[in-house]
Amino acid sequence: MIDALAAGPVDLLATRSYYAGTALLLGIGAYVMIASPNLVKKVIGMNIFQTGIFLFFIASAYVEGAKSPIVGPKATGPFVSPLPHVLILTAIVVGVSLTAVALGLIVRVYNEYGTLEADVLQEVRSDD
Amino acid sequence: MTDLPPFLVALPLVASVVVLFAGLARSKTGWPIAALAGVAQLGLAGYLAYRVFTAGPISYVVGGFEAFYGIELVIDGLSASVVVLIAAVSLGILAYARTAGPRGNPFYATYLLLVGGLTGVAVTGDVFNMYVFIEISGLTAYALVASGDSGRSAVAALKYLIVGTVGASLYLLGVGYAYIGTGTLNMADLSAMLAEVGYQSTLVQTAFALFAIGLFIKTAVFPLHTWQPEAYAGSPDSVSGFVSALVSTTFAYALIRISLTVFTPDFFAAVDLAQTLLIVGAVVSIVAGSLLAVSQTEIKRMLAYSSVSQFGLVLAGLAVLNQTAMVGATVHLLGHAVMKGGLFLAAGLIATATGAREIHEYEGLSERMPYAAGAFAVLAFAMVGVPPTIGFVGKWYIAFGAVEAQLWPLAAIILASTLLTLAYFARLVERMYFREPAAADDHPEGEATGAQPDAMVADGGRPSLGMYAAVLVAAVLAVVLAPAVVPFEQLLDPTLDILLP
Repeated sequence: MIDALAAGPVDLLATRSYYAGTALLLGIGAYVMIASPNLVKKVIGMNIFQTGIFLFFIASAYVEGAKSPIVGPKATGPFVSPLPHVLILTAIVVGVSLTAVALGLIVRVYNEYGTLEADVLQEVRSDD
Repeated sequence: MTDLPPFLVALPLVASVVVLFAGLARSKTGWPIAALAGVAQLGLAGYLAYRVFTAGPISYVVGGFEAFYGIELVIDGLSASVVVLIAAVSLGILAYARTAGPRGNPFYATYLLLVGGLTGVAVTGDVFNMYVFIEISGLTAYALVASGDSGRSAVAALKYLIVGTVGASLYLLGVGYAYIGTGTLNMADLSAMLAEVGYQSTLVQTAFALFAIGLFIKTAVFPLHTWQPEAYAGSPDSVSGFVSALVSTTFAYALIRISLTVFTPDFFAAVDLAQTLLIVGAVVSIVAGSLLAVSQTEIKRMLAYSSVSQFGLVLAGLAVLNQTAMVGATVHLLGHAVMKGGLFLAAGLIATATGAREIHEYEGLSERMPYAAGAFAVLAFAMVGVPPTIGFVGKWYIAFGAVEAQLWPLAAIILASTLLTLAYFARLVERMYFREPAAADDHPEGEATGAQPDAMVADGGRPSLGMYAAVLVAAVLAVVLAPAVVPFEQLLDPTLDILLP
């Protein structure tokens, strides 16, 4: 970490590109969630945001030159850390369920108000 | 050593599946099974709390792994109190929901899942496991909010879902930072390893910031509360009672647990900014929440904003970081659940009987519904902090703790918060007792009239005995629990000695 910081921004980006990717995905996800008036796109933004976090965990597990963590008679280390992979497997399942619930709610909102745009929705509802 | 802790989580989860499958065979089985599970859960929680308070903390490692690798469940005095609260309040709301609705087996199944998820948050000793339980509670809470018939509840639930997911995701990112810094997810291990890494490390400080902001969103601390008023106001009455009483409460507990067990008071001593973050969150929440509550016209929205302000107080109790204030925070956490849950149920009861959902519709209510109005008034004054009530005791301890720690501005805000709370409850009580009912009284008693298309009219029509019982029990508890705080403080003492040495 210290070496990478001393090496300057270009090298930092080259050796830590996954973390840059994480920051980018988090930013894009947050932007889409806030800026897009379309409810489905907001959910997509939420997914991108979560994907950024998944990438962060997986990148943290990586060990230079290491093998998959499958222990057998012939396997010798170093292995990449398996724990973050397991955690993210769980988090992906959570993400899928969240998306399913969100899309289900959007269907109900659309049936009720006939729009997917947040600003139109606000107008329709203030007329009630 | 006991094998019971996992059943605290497993029992509601299994019961939830049983409700669904039994519902396939016979449609009316949901409520009895849920009630049975609730009683069993309360018994189990009560027994474990008794064990914890008499014999010290219980720890259990799931699946026979060693503590470091396996997921550990830890029950100390604080988590035992929260677990008992969850079991008791959920049973009370079940009594209310029987006639108030929403009915149907999917509702009861989701309800039990939420109880299981919240209990999981309270008992787990592993930060990632806590994330999973936070998401289980979150998902089921979104589904419950959406269980109203109108489009309003769907919109409210969607907003809650998107904002809530960001909160949980930030928490997960915090878990990632802490894991990268230390290589462990176990709370007890983390606290030792974080100290080893050094509190001045950017990694550790960022991890705390992510944990705190994530849980601020989940607890609805101003200005991250935006999901909360609509979610409480847009959901059916039983659900707003349940969600307001337990969900934010459990996430506030999670914040206390992360702050004190994982990061420890030493961290706050080393990093001033962390304590400042909590204090600022508390102060802003108390003031802004109250001001927003005063400006509402819809009862349930007013109660929702009141929660923003009350959780500011709990946060203040945590931020002071001494034992006195922590007792206050715990008492107010539990007391708020009883009072606010009771207030939402009372508002639902009144709306079911008279259709009144706006503040001006409460005029002269004491003549039409003396018991409901009386219970509402008692709960409102308890929330303000009028002396012989639980609300007073909690605020007293928090304020006293702030004075002990010589945080004068915070102490002043806490005392002023009483006045601010009075500002929005007094006008309601005044309308109920000292004004004549509006002349054109087109809501005859006992008939639920949908005054607005958006109003969530319970399909029960007439309020049932169970609804009255739940509201009155909450009102009685708000008063009766106050003298119980002194023995409770003694029970909590060993736990606090560990959390705040």
